[in-house]
Amino acid sequence: MPMKSKQQRLILALIALVALIGAGLLAASALKDEAAYFYTPNDAKTKGVEPDRAIRLGGMVVKGSLGKQADGVTLRFTVTDGKASVPVVFHGIAPDLFREGSGVVAEGAFNANGTFVASELLAKHDERYMPRELEGMKYDEKTHKVSTGG
Amino acid sequence: MIAEFGLGALWLAAALALAQLLLVWFALVGGKSDLLGAVRPVAVTQAALCAIAFGSLITLFLRSDMSVKLVAINSNTAMPWLYKFAGAWGNHEGSMLLWVTVMGVAGSAVALLERALRRDTHMATLGAQAAISLGFYAFLLFSSNPFARLNPAAPEGQALNPLLQDPGLAFHPPTLYIGYVGLSVAFSFAVGALLTRQVDAAFARAMRPWVLGAWVFLTIGITAGSYWAYYELGWGGWWFWDPVENASLMPWLAATALLHSVTVLATRDALRAWTVMLAVVAFSMSMVGTFLVRSGILTSVHAFAVDPERGSFILALLMLYIGGALALFGVRVGTVREGKQFELASRETMLVLNNLLLTVILGVVLIGTLYPLMTEAFGHQVSVGPPYFNAVAGPLALALMAVLVVGPVTRWRRDNLAEMGRRVIVPIVVATVVLVVVLLMHPGIGIMPLLGLVMAGLVMIGSLAPLWRRHLWRTPLFTWGMVIAHLGCGVALAGMASDSAFTVEKLVAMQVGDRVDTAGWQVEFANILPVAGKNWTAMQADVAVSRNGETAMMQPQARFFPTPPTSTTESAILTRWDGQLYIVLGDENEDGRWQMRIWWKPFVTLIWLGGMMIALGGALALIGRERRGWIQRLRKGAAA
Repeated sequence: MPMKSKQQRLILALIALVALIGAGLLAASALKDEAAYFYTPNDAKTKGVEPDRAIRLGGMVVKGSLGKQADGVTLRFTVTDGKASVPVVFHGIAPDLFREGSGVVAEGAFNANGTFVASELLAKHDERYMPRELEGMKYDEKTHKVSTGG
Repeated sequence: MIAEFGLGALWLAAALALAQLLLVWFALVGGKSDLLGAVRPVAVTQAALCAIAFGSLITLFLRSDMSVKLVAINSNTAMPWLYKFAGAWGNHEGSMLLWVTVMGVAGSAVALLERALRRDTHMATLGAQAAISLGFYAFLLFSSNPFARLNPAAPEGQALNPLLQDPGLAFHPPTLYIGYVGLSVAFSFAVGALLTRQVDAAFARAMRPWVLGAWVFLTIGITAGSYWAYYELGWGGWWFWDPVENASLMPWLAATALLHSVTVLATRDALRAWTVMLAVVAFSMSMVGTFLVRSGILTSVHAFAVDPERGSFILALLMLYIGGALALFGVRVGTVREGKQFELASRETMLVLNNLLLTVILGVVLIGTLYPLMTEAFGHQVSVGPPYFNAVAGPLALALMAVLVVGPVTRWRRDNLAEMGRRVIVPIVVATVVLVVVLLMHPGIGIMPLLGLVMAGLVMIGSLAPLWRRHLWRTPLFTWGMVIAHLGCGVALAGMASDSAFTVEKLVAMQVGDRVDTAGWQVEFANILPVAGKNWTAMQADVAVSRNGETAMMQPQARFFPTPPTSTTESAILTRWDGQLYIVLGDENEDGRWQMRIWWKPFVTLIWLGGMMIALGGALALIGRERRGWIQRLRKGAAA
């Protein structure tokens, strides 16, 4: 049965509308999760993050805190933003420019004891690259103080 | 001298682009159509001058002329010649010069080769192409001069970012740029057709080969870039939703939609206004991508320079061209006559669904890429990462794959729902078998990889359906092209799902002599020695791997580049028919053990094999459609 062209356009337009709204909702809900994605140690302390929720934790690696476990591939270190600090454990090969006193963004989740278990570490790629959220953060090697300038 | 020569050629090329624009303007608006004869030679000369300027820059890099600022910053006498050569475009200025060169060559190709278009539409197209080029010439000459001198000359250069010192650099950016800029031709066609009120099937047939060509190059560029990131970064991943990857994916999504809608317009004379709109969107996405990358507002390995002035310049160009084209579209869309009608159950509808889904995916990728910029304007710093893109683009892509199975076996204009259902019975049976087998073998598999594998089975069988009961020799080449490209989608999807579901990862610290077993492989750390390249030193491990009596030696490296001081990891990859063994050498621990990361990635190679099949399908479709025209033209040329 041939359909009227107006009717048929209406159906196509409805399909398009449903697709757009569906995609919009999908995008909005996913973005809502993402918007609460990046934390500094102080954010994590004040806002509280429930265990096992995937977040990004960003800050500076405290001098003298970096240690390797007996298996040779598990790292422990402390990340600070100057106001609070968080113990982090990472099982893997650290990026080339990951070192003490330098900026890091760790992806992962808190465990029940408040240790951050990182699945991925993002460090400064080279002098031209800096994780976006850490721009302006400075680490003072002597006082171990972090300033969030800029 | 070479630098001044190149700069002179670039200025002349810019002047010719202006002349080309004015000639077209006076001919079409002022009615002086005798001027049109000059447009073609002007377009060709402009391309030649661009090529001369680009050649000059390459020569400067090959000679390591440190009195040129760009060379001093991005090259070094110690680098191998290939990277000196490719280094010419491994930086902001050089890559923009490559951009205008490709644009000039594409413009002269349109001037010389295009025969199907009406003369005034053809000329308007060349005028639009000149207008776009002009903006990019201005950008190069006023804010990114690649030939700027350094006085006094530097004693030695600073070298190219070591991550870019890879054969991939010689290949990946030019391919991608040909794709990006090829879409400018589609954009110019759309503008030309709107200006001369010629949006019809003939216009679509003329535009299609250019879209197909650009799309093939984009596909190759993205596939190659993905493999490059996979082996060079040493993270074991093949797609990171990096803003720059998105910048190449978005034009590809738009071009894929355009490719399908232009076929509807060429074959059935429907979707006129929509196709014109998509042509505008596709090149706009190329420019948005360039803006994102070149302005430095997004941080990434690809962002060569952070310079707000350049960002504003590109943003202005962007608004001028996209705004102008959209305004023209708004004014002229009323003159685009309504195309032919079709039933709801028809191939046209399936292609509309294809376009709809591709556009929606494009939209969500664009939102995710721009969202951090938008929130930053309000003082929040947010990064949008893989969780967002996978959650949103994944389901949409699977829906798109479902449409892909049904579309090619649906009739044009009018079909019957019950019969359409009957035609996909075999693929659905195969998919069900895949589902049962996978669930029996891997009960714990995640939902997305499972759906991916099932859909891959569906697509691979479904994409072969158009060949069913056909005489294979007499099947037209463009049908083969479609089948192979669609099959490639299924193959790539299978690779992605297999990689995410079945990859086995092992992370160990090993001493020389240590052995580990993983995923059926015995991996022995045989030795580690320092080695040196032309401009780097490295620790190189000898790793003996064996499986079922077969042995091989793998040599991952940890490299150090003195200028600029950078360490990189060179992964070692062993390819077998059923997957890849991927080894990365990490740091040395205090106790003398070395960190080693070992992946077994079953069938991961299918991802890039599928990508290349998609590109091959596009190339076959292009040859199949255009062969006759090419032969005729050759004969005519021979006769004349």
